[in-house]
Parts: sequence; structure tokens; C-alpha cells
Amino acid sequence: MRVRADLALLAAALASGLTASCSSTEAPDDTTTVLTVSAAASLTDAFTEIGDAYTSEHPDTRVRFNFAGSSTLAEQISAGAPVDVFAAASPAAMQTAVGAGTVRDPMLFTANSLAIAVPAGNPADVATLADLTRDDVTVIVCATTVPCGAATEDLFRANGLDVAPASLEPDVRAVLTKVVADEADAGVVYRTDVIAAGQDVEGISIPDDANVVNDYPIAVTVDAPAEAQAFVDFVLGDKGQEILGAWGFASP
Amino acid sequence: MTSTTAEPRRRQAPAPGVVLVLAIVALAFLGLPLIGLLLAAPWGQMTELLTTPAALEALRLSLVTSILAAALAVVLGLPLAWLIARREFPGRNIVRGLVLIPLVLPPVVGGVTLLTAFGRRGLVGQYLFDWFGIQLPFSTAGVVLAEAFVAMPFLVITVEGALRSIDPRFEEAARTLGAKPSRVLLRVTAPLIAPSLVAGALLAWARALGEFGATITFAGNFPGVTQTLPLAVYSALEVSREEAIALSVVLLGISFAVLVSLRGRFLGGRG
Repeated sequence: MRVRADLALLAAALASGLTASCSSTEAPDDTTTVLTVSAAASLTDAFTEIGDAYTSEHPDTRVRFNFAGSSTLAEQISAGAPVDVFAAASPAAMQTAVGAGTVRDPMLFTANSLAIAVPAGNPADVATLADLTRDDVTVIVCATTVPCGAATEDLFRANGLDVAPASLEPDVRAVLTKVVADEADAGVVYRTDVIAAGQDVEGISIPDDANVVNDYPIAVTVDAPAEAQAFVDFVLGDKGQEILGAWGFASP
Repeated sequence: MTSTTAEPRRRQAPAPGVVLVLAIVALAFLGLPLIGLLLAAPWGQMTELLTTPAALEALRLSLVTSILAAALAVVLGLPLAWLIARREFPGRNIVRGLVLIPLVLPPVVGGVTLLTAFGRRGLVGQYLFDWFGIQLPFSTAGVVLAEAFVAMPFLVITVEGALRSIDPRFEEAARTLGAKPSRVLLRVTAPLIAPSLVAGALLAWARALGEFGATITFAGNFPGVTQTLPLAVYSALEVSREEAIALSVVLLGISFAVLVSLRGRFLGGRG
């Protein structure tokens, strides 16, 4: 029967997808330590580079990253996800994990501020923060439950702006994706995201006195191996800070 | 599928041991997460958690969009299923493969593909936007579109299978007796595949109700406009686990109730 053949094809496609994803995370041998680092979505580029730099200095360690919204990560860690290092985009998200007793001694390792991202060509002619209140500008922001959304809310409140966003995105990269796709005229993201997006978006900087600064804490989990602290030290050290700086992050 | 209904019930032979054991494992695998959810549910605060304006809004939006998406899947998917099942045409196997794509595509990727087609800079979307000022992303219509995209394959596959399994002699007989093709379709084919059509529509509806990835990627997330129940669950998970679990229980309750009752009624299931 034809349907059965199709289903077999479908199953084969699924199976090949599974084996592909398995082989890409090949089993490490006994001498290799695998560190799992859960990091805020905004750290995607910087931490990927830091991970490579760390592994080249420590060939016996492999670093796996789990990038997502900080509050999602905090929720996962609090629920017992096997994570060794947690790097959050806000002290509040870190506090969730600390409160659940799953991480200890967080330290601030970097800071970020907000910027407006507009699609290449700036179709809606957004020039200032105040332009975000215009009716003809489709603005998207992070949901207030994630750090970038909380910072955006602070930004609007501090500047007395009444912005009606079209969407509350689950993390900052989702905002950026929709701006890159030119679905939104403007999105409030981190300064670093504008740099990471390169040619696809234009950044409109927000003056320092009007801006909001987000501190990023990092911590090892209570069950983490000793190598986890070494990774944290690397992030806090010269090399880590240099890479963060290159991606637009500021000192804490 | 329907020919056995008139057969008298016979005494059933016991199920082979291996079958029984594997079936029980399967049931436990599917059922345990649900039991875990029900045990974790904050039954005491259920009413207050679910009657918040945000929760009610998400519930309403989910019901409206999933029903519209299922309707869209039926209106467009039924003719497609008929064409694939009943007409030889070049590239038919490719078409059949295309229909299955939304099933294997990660829904978030599905959302991205929808953006490239129906976004305001998309293949079709740019004309909608430039000529009519219609922007599907960030709109409720966009939610329906995203849900229909992932749900339609379920309808097409189910109905196509049914069309292939019915005896073509019924239709031939009607034709030789002088019925016009449209009349054959309406009076002979349609009643024969009705149970499968209902089953396919239900599957499509259930898939649409639970849709998350394509919706949040294509339509965004705003309460009252695009924040359906699954998106509300995801948003709530970041703040309040209790609220997220309460919403999940509602989502499950609705789907389970509708699927059980309607399947029983239309497909002659016996509980």
C-alpha cells in the first residue's frame, strides 16, 4: 500500500535525522571532560568563541553550550538539568537558580546595554527612541519575563515612552530574527546583538544617559566538576574579557 | 475500515504476551508524563489561575484559531487529497512528499519558511503588504496560517488513505447509472470517506491547538492577538510554574475530551 511506503520513507527520514544528530555529538573518551554551559541567548557569539579559545588551551575539555532565554535556563537548572555553568543576562534570572539552591557564588562578568535594531535601509525612518511610539512603526520587544524585556520596560519607563509593541518575543535573538527578516520596523535588543547581526540590521544607539545597563552574572552549579570553575575563571580573565569586548560587551 | 461493523462480535482470543507487555510499556511511556503533570497541578488555585484575563484570552484565541485552521485544512486539504489519490499527473510523488514536509520540519523552521513566503518581504507576502497593506505576521490571521501549515498534512494523509482504500466499483457503478462526476463525489465518495474525513479533521485540529514553534516564529507573541494557549504556557513558564502547569492541564483536558468524545461518536469507537 502506497501510504505505508510513504510512512516508511518518513520514518527513514526521521531516523537519519536522529543518527545525524547523534554522530555530531560523538561520545567523548574517558579522559575528556564535557562541560555543559547554559548561557543567555545574547551571549551566543561571544561564548561560542570563548568556548573555542578555552578548548584550545584545555584540549582535554569539551564545552557544550545551551543558549536560550535566561529565565528558561534558570527554570531548567532549578528543575535539575545537568548543567555545570550558568551565565545569565540578569541578576534576577541568576537569583532564581541561586534560590533553588542549584548554583553558588555568582559573579558579575560583563555588562550590556540596549540599542534599537532596524532592518537594513531603515524602512520606517527610525532615528530616536521617541520614534518607537509612532503608530506607523511596528516595534517588537522581548517579553518582560526575560532580562532584555525587563530592561526594555525600564528603558521605556525611564524615558516616559508609551510604546505599543506588536509582539513580545521569548528571547532577544527572536527579536533580532524578525528585524533581520524585515517583519518589524524596529526591535529593542542589546547593543551586542546589533554588532553580531552585521550587515543585516542597522543599529540606532541610545544615549548613555537614557540607556539601561544589564549586568551579567556567571556561576558554577553545586554539582559541577572542578573544570567548571576553570571555565568561569577563563571568562573572567583577560582572554575571556577581550573576546567579550570584541563582541560589544562592556566591563561589569 | 467500515465493512466490519456488521459482523457479529466473536469471542476474543487473548493477546500474545509480548504484544501485551510492549503495549503496556507504550501506554506507560505516553501516560506517565501526563500523570506527572496532573500530580504537579496546583488544584487548589486552579480557578484563580485560569480565570485571569490573560488565561481566558489565550484560551479563547486558541479555540478560535485552531478551529479556523482545521477548517482551512479541510477546505484546501480535501481537494488536494482527492487529486493525489485519484488522478495520475506528472510529479505526483513529489507532491505527495511535499505534503509530508510540515510533519518532518521542525515547527520553528516551518515558521521561518512561512516568513519567506508570507512575511511582508516574502514571495507572496510582499504583494499582500504593498498592494493591500496586509501584514500576516503579528496578526491573528498569521496564527491561523501557521497552525494550518502544520496541521494540514494530517488531514491530507488520512483522507488520501481512505480514498485509496474504498472500492472504486461503487463510484463506477454510480457513473454507469448516469450520475455526474460532482454527484458521484458528493453522494458516493463523500459518505464513504466521511469517518476518515472527521478523523483527519480532528487530528488537524488537535495539532493546530498544540502548535507552538511555527506560531511564535511567524506570528509572534502578543496577548489577545497572537498569544495562543501553548505560547501562554511558554511565557508563564518563565514566571510561574503553577500557572504554566494549570494552563497545560486545560490544554490537555480540552483536547482529550474532544478527541475521545468525537472519535467515539463518528468512528464507532467503543470507549
